[in-house]
Amino acid sequence: MKKSLQNMLAIACIVFMSLTLYSCKGPDDSDIQKDVNEKLSSMPSVSATVADGVVTLAGEVPNTEDKATAEAEAKSVKGVKSVVNNCTIAADSMANEPVTMGTDDALTTGVKDAIKDFDGINAAVNNGVITLTGTIKRDRLPNLMQALNTLNPKKIENQLTIQ
Amino acid sequence: MSLQDKYKELVETAKSGEVNNLQVREQDNVLYIDGEAPNGAVKDNLWNIYNKIDPDFRAGDLILNVNVAAHSGQKATVTTDSSNLNIRKGPGTDQPIVGKAAHGEIVTLINKTNDQWFLVKTNAGEEGYAYAQYLTPQA
Repeated sequence: MKKSLQNMLAIACIVFMSLTLYSCKGPDDSDIQKDVNEKLSSMPSVSATVADGVVTLAGEVPNTEDKATAEAEAKSVKGVKSVVNNCTIAADSMANEPVTMGTDDALTTGVKDAIKDFDGINAAVNNGVITLTGTIKRDRLPNLMQALNTLNPKKIENQLTIQ
Repeated sequence: MSLQDKYKELVETAKSGEVNNLQVREQDNVLYIDGEAPNGAVKDNLWNIYNKIDPDFRAGDLILNVNVAAHSGQKATVTTDSSNLNIRKGPGTDQPIVGKAAHGEIVTLINKTNDQWFLVKTNAGEEGYAYAQYLTPQA
C-alpha cells in the first residue's frame, strides 16, 4: 500500500516535470508574431517580422520616442529574445511649410558674432543671402559654415579663397 | 538632378542617425535641412557628408541647420580650437566678458537662448553667455 503510493507520487512527479519542461520551450514564432502585431496595432506604420524569437522592426515613425516605444512594446512580448529596431524617423510632416528666413538685421548681428574669430574674412548680408569673401584655411571652413548655417540665411555664397 | 537626390545620402543619414524634428525642404533652388541631432558625433558626420558631396561648400544650394539637442542642466564640453571660450554678460560679441572657460573644460548649460548663444555656468561658478558653436552638449 505504502509502495504503490510512492509509485503514484513518482509518476505524478514525472508527469509534472514533463509538463513544465514542455512549457519552458515557450511560445513559437507564430505566437510571438501574433502578440507583437497586437502590441503594435496602434502604430500602423511599424511592421514586425519574427525569426527564432528575434523580432525585427521596420517602417517610418514620427520621432525617436515612438521608435523607442515600438521597441519596448515588442520586447514586452513573452518569448521575445531580442529586438532589432530598423525603424527610421520620418521627415517632419510640416515639411511643406515655407522656410523661415532671418531678417537682414538679425543676420548681420549673427554674422558679426560668427566671423569674430576668423581673421581675413568679410561677410556681406543682402536679402537673406550671406556672401563670404576673403581667405580661410580649409580646416577652419566647416566651423565657419556651421556657425553661419544656424542663422537661418536664405543662401550662403562662398567666394572664399581656401588655403 | 534635384537637390533631394544630390543630398540623398545626407538626408538618409539624418533619418537613420535619429535626428529629431527633421525637416527637409526645397525652396528657390536651395535645400533646407533642419533638425536636432542626439549628439555631436551625428552632427559632425552630417557635415562630413555635406563636405564630401559639395567640396568646400561652394554650390550655395544647401542650408544645413542641424544642431545638437541641449537641455538645461546638461553638461557641455568646450570645443574651441585651442583657446579659451569667452563667457559674456549678454548674448552677443559686443557684450562684456565676465569669465573664461578653458578648451576641453566641462560647463553646465542653464538654458539655450537661441542656436547661437547658451547661458552656461563654469566649474568656477562664473555664469554668462557662450557661443554655442564652441560647446558640444554631452549625450
